Amino acid sequence: MSGPCEVPQPAFPRQRRSTAASARFYSRGVSVCLAAPLVVALAIGFVYPVTRLVGLSFEGGSLEQHRRLVAEPLYLGVLASTVKVAFIVTIASLLLGFPVAYLMARLRHGIAMVVAACVFIPLWTSVLVRSYAWVVLLQRNGIVNTLLADAGITDGPLKLIYTQGAVIVAMTHVLMPFMILPIYSTLQTLPPDYNRAARNLGAGAFRAFISVTLPLSLPGVFAGSVLCFVLALGFYITPALVGGPGSMLMATLIGQQTTVLLDWPFAAALSTVLLTVTLIFVFLFRKTLSLSKGLHSVH
Amino acid sequence: MIGQYLSLVGLEKHFGSVRAVTSLSLEIGAGEFVSLVGPSGSGKTTALNMIAGFEGPSAGKIVIGGRDVTHVAPNRRGIGMVFQKYALFPHLTVRQNIAFPLRMQRQSNKTRMTTRVEEMLELVQLSSFGERYPQQLSGGQQQRVALARALAFEPPVLLMDEPLGALDKKLREAMQFEIKSLQERLGATVVYVTHDQDEALTMSDRVAVMAGGELKQFGTPTELYRHPNSAFVADFIGRMNFIEGNCIENAGGTAVVRLSDDTVLSIRAQGLPATPKAGQTIKLAIRPERVRVARRGEGGSGCLAAVVQACVFVGSVHILVVRLESRPDVLLQIQLPAEGGLPFQERDAVDLLLDDGAIHLFANTERHAA
Repeated sequence: MSGPCEVPQPAFPRQRRSTAASARFYSRGVSVCLAAPLVVALAIGFVYPVTRLVGLSFEGGSLEQHRRLVAEPLYLGVLASTVKVAFIVTIASLLLGFPVAYLMARLRHGIAMVVAACVFIPLWTSVLVRSYAWVVLLQRNGIVNTLLADAGITDGPLKLIYTQGAVIVAMTHVLMPFMILPIYSTLQTLPPDYNRAARNLGAGAFRAFISVTLPLSLPGVFAGSVLCFVLALGFYITPALVGGPGSMLMATLIGQQTTVLLDWPFAAALSTVLLTVTLIFVFLFRKTLSLSKGLHSVH
Repeated sequence: MIGQYLSLVGLEKHFGSVRAVTSLSLEIGAGEFVSLVGPSGSGKTTALNMIAGFEGPSAGKIVIGGRDVTHVAPNRRGIGMVFQKYALFPHLTVRQNIAFPLRMQRQSNKTRMTTRVEEMLELVQLSSFGERYPQQLSGGQQQRVALARALAFEPPVLLMDEPLGALDKKLREAMQFEIKSLQERLGATVVYVTHDQDEALTMSDRVAVMAGGELKQFGTPTELYRHPNSAFVADFIGRMNFIEGNCIENAGGTAVVRLSDDTVLSIRAQGLPATPKAGQTIKLAIRPERVRVARRGEGGSGCLAAVVQACVFVGSVHILVVRLESRPDVLLQIQLPAEGGLPFQERDAVDLLLDDGAIHLFANTERHAA
């Protein structure tokens, strides 16, 4: 390869020029200086503690903690239900979030801003507040139960709170913006001409969506799904507040081990397993994405 | 299927109080190549969108080959369209792009579909590019794929929205001929939108000039160039010089006008329109190549005194810019053949002789294009 001043290729002039230009404007020293604060922060705040944690789980070179985790079906059950909940939450966010993102991208500017505000304002509100809101809604004498009873649909209050269902509903609500925003940003960059071309070439509104808009929005769908899924795997506050002992998730379990039982090595082992599972899923997602040909060339 | 007639009857489009298109009526014959030209905001793109079905007309009718499609959904009109930026689907290969309309028609015969796609690829000379993705092709190649895709299902009418706007000049000219010869070979009816009047004149059988949402004139390129019906069309199609004045008399094929520099011209010409009438202010228009130039005093009677401001050699012709002596605010452009040297230079005093048969008179009621 030649130096950074290589002549831009005509096929992709924009991309080439931008890399060449940044290489020309900033010397190596300046680049290092600019990146340094983030590198240091990551090293201190992320790499060091995670390495320590993983090391702690293999304390004294033994696999004791991990053996304990595998031997006890309870812990594996928590892991399985965590993956299951994260999966359901991701699918639910996608099904509910895609139409909202689509609407935001298609509506006139003024109305789109209102919809965007409805998506953003919850995002700016504390997760704690939003989770407590669900407690208020779902509790024994909460709004939902009162409404159901007053309408004569139920005789007595249903057990809504402290169930896995409550966890899924609340987590979907909390994580939905993370699904909507990537999809919205992908849809927004799609020129309306694609849809028009599809209609012009004989596709009805639905087929135009299925065969053109949807495949072209997949990069956003994947980004949103990975984000939602990974966040859901490690979600702590909402399951801790809305979920009960029967619907415990990994993060809650880890929290319990560190704060109540003070069993740090075992908490470290749980964290290591959760981290590994998360990385495996991210890798699988990326693999799927790179397998869908032509998508990489959309942006 | 391919090459049906298209008629627009009193088509209107209002956006709120804005009238984007007003009473547009056009009869376009089967296999005809018609351009809609006009400055931006003239309503030509809105008209095209209504034909394609992307915009519903506020009033009027669209008929294709005897079928009223005014209220038919765009996907049921069967009209082909080439978009300004091609709108090739980036997630599909060239072959899949061309097959798209065939797939949407639910053509059950798979081999016929494959044959058709190969035929289209061959037609636009891209047979070896079938497996590429659109962004791996050059602008001209993408343009040809868009054309192949729009023609694959033999549409009765093909619409093109400034399809060559994104290409450079050389390629644009090559594509103009390619599109034109393809259209003639297939007998396709084409409605071509462009703001480039040269492109329209080169390619079209007939040209519709639009301005402010109205159809100004509809005719063959020669008609528009030789007999523009308004100062706007005269100015928009080709180059035109304008001199303001007053009409003193207009009867029996002879018009007498007093130009703004007080020169009185008596114009004898075939087919002078009945307007402008005597007493009206007028615009006299003449093409740059129809003005003759002589040295001062050699022009004879009825000529205009002027001073040469600039001489420009543009290859095929010399362009002379002259200023009327009595009206320093009026600049005229004159084209002289390039053969032989130019016998004039800057600040030369000259006489201008206007070719009677080439003079157009317009009543001065409208403003012409900038």
